[in-house]
Amino acid sequence: MGDFAAKLQLYFSYPFVWYALIVGLLIALCSSLLGVTLVLKRFSYIGDGLSHVAFGAMAIAALVGLTNNVYIVMPITVISAILLLRTGQNAKINGDAAIAMISVGALALGYMLMNLFPSSANISGDVCTTLFGSTSILTLKESDVIICIVMSVVVIAAFLLFYNKIFAVTFDENFMKATGIKANVYNLIIAIITALIIVLAMNLVGSLLISALIIFPALSAMRLFRSFRSVVICSACVSVTCAGLGIFTSIMAGTPVGSTIVVTDIIVFFLFCGLSLIIRRKNV
Amino acid sequence: MGDLLLCKDIALGYEGSTVVSGLNFRITEGDYLCILGENGSGKSTLIKALLGLNKPISGMMIQPALKKVGDIGYLPQQTSIQRDFPASVREIVLSGCLPKCGLRPFYTKQEKQLAETTMSRLGITELATRCYRELSGGQQQRVLLARALCAAQKTLLLDEPVTGLDPKAQLELYELISELNKSGITIIMVSHDFTAATRYASHILHIGAQHQLFFGTTADYLASDVGKMFSLDAGTQNEGKVSDNG
Ligand SMILES: Nc1ncnc2c1ncn2[C@@H]1O[C@H](COP(=O)(O)OP(=O)(O)OP(=O)(O)O)[C@@H](O)[C@H]1O
Ligand SMILES: [Mg+2]
Repeated sequence: MGDFAAKLQLYFSYPFVWYALIVGLLIALCSSLLGVTLVLKRFSYIGDGLSHVAFGAMAIAALVGLTNNVYIVMPITVISAILLLRTGQNAKINGDAAIAMISVGALALGYMLMNLFPSSANISGDVCTTLFGSTSILTLKESDVIICIVMSVVVIAAFLLFYNKIFAVTFDENFMKATGIKANVYNLIIAIITALIIVLAMNLVGSLLISALIIFPALSAMRLFRSFRSVVICSACVSVTCAGLGIFTSIMAGTPVGSTIVVTDIIVFFLFCGLSLIIRRKNV
Repeated sequence: MGDLLLCKDIALGYEGSTVVSGLNFRITEGDYLCILGENGSGKSTLIKALLGLNKPISGMMIQPALKKVGDIGYLPQQTSIQRDFPASVREIVLSGCLPKCGLRPFYTKQEKQLAETTMSRLGITELATRCYRELSGGQQQRVLLARALCAAQKTLLLDEPVTGLDPKAQLELYELISELNKSGITIIMVSHDFTAATRYASHILHIGAQHQLFFGTTADYLASDVGKMFSLDAGTQNEGKVSDNG
C-alpha cells in the first residue's frame, strides 16, 4: 500500500501527468455532454466519421509542413461536421450514408497522402498513433493544455446556454420549426460544438476510440434514467469518473490510456445494465 | 375580432406535383375550423402550409396574426419523436414554452407555472415525472397537446388529435378543445369524425378530389349537398355503433 502511494506521489510530481489528467477529464466531460444528443439524433457514428476527416486533415497538414496542425485540422473538421449535421431530422440523404461516405473518403485520402509523401520514416507507426492516440496524451505541452481548457470552457458554456434549445431540437425539430423557432441555427450550433469536442478528443483517445467516449456514457445513463436532464447529468458523471479511473489505471499498470478509459466505460455500461435489470425486477 | 388568416386561391403540393388547388377560405379570431377530407386529400399539407413548414405553389396567403412567435401551438399527425428518447413529461410540456424564451437560456417562473397549470388542465399532473416513451398512446397524445397549449396563446393547429384514443378519451378531448375555443383560442383541426366535427366546429373546410368542396359555417355545411351526402355516409357508418350502445 505504501508502495502504491509512493509510486502515485512520484508520478504526480511530473507535470505531464497533471496535464494528462486535466485534459482527460475535460474531454470526457465535454464529449459526454453532447454524446446524449448525438446518440438520440442517430449520429452515434459521427465521432468516428469526423475523426477520419481529422486524420485526412492531419495528413494534409503534414504535407504542407505545418508544425501545429490544429490550425488546419480544426477548420476542416468543423466544416465537415456542419455539412453532416446541418440538415437535421429532415435530411434527404440519409445521415449514416453521408457519414460513411465522408469517413471512408477522408481515411483513404489521408492514408494515400501519408504514403505518397512520407513525412517521417515510420508511416505505419504514425498512423497507429494517430488512430489509437496511444502516447499523445502523455506528451502534451503546456500550450495544448491551455487550448484544451479554453475550448472546453467554450463547449460547456455553449451547452449550458443552449441546453433547453438543444433538448427541444433533439426531441422534436418539426414542432420547434412550426412554432417559429429557428431550429437550423441550433442544429448548426450543435454541429460546431460537436466538431470542437471531437478534435479535442483526438488528442486523448485517438480517432478510433472517440466514438466510444461519446456513446458509452450516454448509453449507460439511458439504462438507468428516464428524463433528459438526469441522463445528461449521469452521463457526465460516468464519463468523468471513468476517465479518471482509466488514467490512474493506465499510469499504474502501464496500459495505453485511451483503450483503458474505454474498457472502464464498457465495464460501467454492463454494470448499469445489470443495475437496471435489478431495479426492474424489484418494481415488478 | 380581426382576420387571422386569409387564403386566396391557394395551390399546394410537393416538388412540382399539385396535391390540392383552389383553396379559398378565411379564419377569424375565435373560430373553430374543422378540415374534412379523405386520406391523401392534402389536409396535413394544408396545416403545414399554414405553419410555414412548406410554401404554397401559387395563390395568396395573408396572415396578419399567425406569424408571431409564441402564438401558435401545433399537434402533428405523426411526430418524428424516437421511441427510445429519455424525456420526462414535464420536460416535454415545458419545451412548449420555448418560443416565448427567445434568446434567454432558461425558463422563467411564469413559464414553469404555465406548464404546471396546463398539465393539471389536461389531467396529466401525476405523470409529470414519468418517461414519455412509457406512456400509453392516449397519455402521449395528452402530453403533446399540453405542449401545444403551452406554445399556443392564440392559435392551436391540431392534425387528427383523436387518432388512437378510446371513445371516452376522444369525447374528453373534444370537450377540452371546445372549452379552449370558448376561452378565446382559435382552433384549426383536421378530422375524419364527421359527427364530432359538425357538432363542435363553427366552420368547416371540406377538401376532396384535388379541390375545395366546401367552405363555410357548420350550419351552411349541413344544409349543403356535400354536407348532406357525407352525413348520409357517416349515418350509415355509425348505425352499428348506435345499436351496440342501445
Ligand atoms: N413529404 C411529401 N413528399 C411528397 N408528397 C407528399 C409528402 N407528404 C404527402 N405527400 C402527398 O401529398 C398528398 C396529401 O398528403 P397529406 O398528408 O396532406 O394527406 P392528408 O389529407 O393529411 O391524409 P390523411 O387523412 O391520411 O392524413 C398525398 O397524396 C401524399 O402522397
Ligand atoms: Mg394527414
